[in-house]
Amino acid sequence: MSRGPKVAVVVFPGTWSERDFAHVAGLLGWEARLIWHAEPELGDVDAVVLPGGFAHGDHLRTGAIARFSPLMEAVEAFAASGGPVLGSCNGFQILCEAGMLPGVLLRNHSLQFRCDWQWLRVEGAAGAWLAPNEVSAGDLIRLPISHGEGRYHADSDVIGELEGSGRIVLRYADADGAVTAAANPNGSLNAIAGIVNERGNVLGLMPHPERAAEDEVGGTDGLHILRSLEHWLVAQPAAAERRL
Amino acid sequence: MRWLADVHVRLREGIADPEGQTIAGGLRALGFPSVGEVRAGKLLRVSFEAPDMESAEEAVATMCRRLLANPVMETADWELQAEGIPAEEEIA
Repeated sequence: MSRGPKVAVVVFPGTWSERDFAHVAGLLGWEARLIWHAEPELGDVDAVVLPGGFAHGDHLRTGAIARFSPLMEAVEAFAASGGPVLGSCNGFQILCEAGMLPGVLLRNHSLQFRCDWQWLRVEGAAGAWLAPNEVSAGDLIRLPISHGEGRYHADSDVIGELEGSGRIVLRYADADGAVTAAANPNGSLNAIAGIVNERGNVLGLMPHPERAAEDEVGGTDGLHILRSLEHWLVAQPAAAERRL
Repeated sequence: MRWLADVHVRLREGIADPEGQTIAGGLRALGFPSVGEVRAGKLLRVSFEAPDMESAEEAVATMCRRLLANPVMETADWELQAEGIPAEEEIA
């Protein structure tokens, strides 16, 4: 790879993880561009990140207002053309509200804000953000979570479709990989921690991969997700063409 | 003319409502042991312009569908009324 990917990191009023993403992008040799939500264009980028935080104060519902930001039209068009989009925490909530992923994230069943390290079971390695070079089904990774509204909900038809098509890619688990009620930090249906869209180019997950990218902070498993993008971009003819 | 819509947003039946459950626990602790289920929701009062009742109804329906309620988990209903009394020059 001649250069690292160029990644747009979208900043809404109240976003708080954009600098962490930019920092980790720097460690990986990527170019991160912080782009304000009111901008009309993403520019020439290889991927888009919707970081965590509390966009627009999370008023009304998490992610509900962010969806109407001018830049979100460009993000939706980018995703529709197959461009890789990662939404973490509040970014996942925004992707759901925008209809780019199904379902919704509700108040944690405990009513507590949960800030902790969390084991996750990888259910399948596919798409832009979980490359087979980095992870395999059944692997356990450990990432930080930090949210008050992470209880994934969708109607039973949607859950059935997600299960049947392998689009539930990350589940909350314990250190032994068992998916149990005790290991589920927020009461998500089917212990869902992360899902992808049909094409696999859009991943939404409640945990924070960008907060687990250096030994100094307690773990580096987040790099599996971020580095997956590099493998995926190499394998995409359209993306490779853009990079010549 | 101006309209005032009181929009009630409710969690759909069957969706766990930990906030409502906690409030129910508080009410029982207060001395109302007979309290059963409590469901928490939102009341939003929206003031806006529309030429007539029909278009005002249509506007509120769109507001609810596109933003105020998420149909995956919520339902919305509303009461709509003309806001205030028209000023004298408007009557004339």
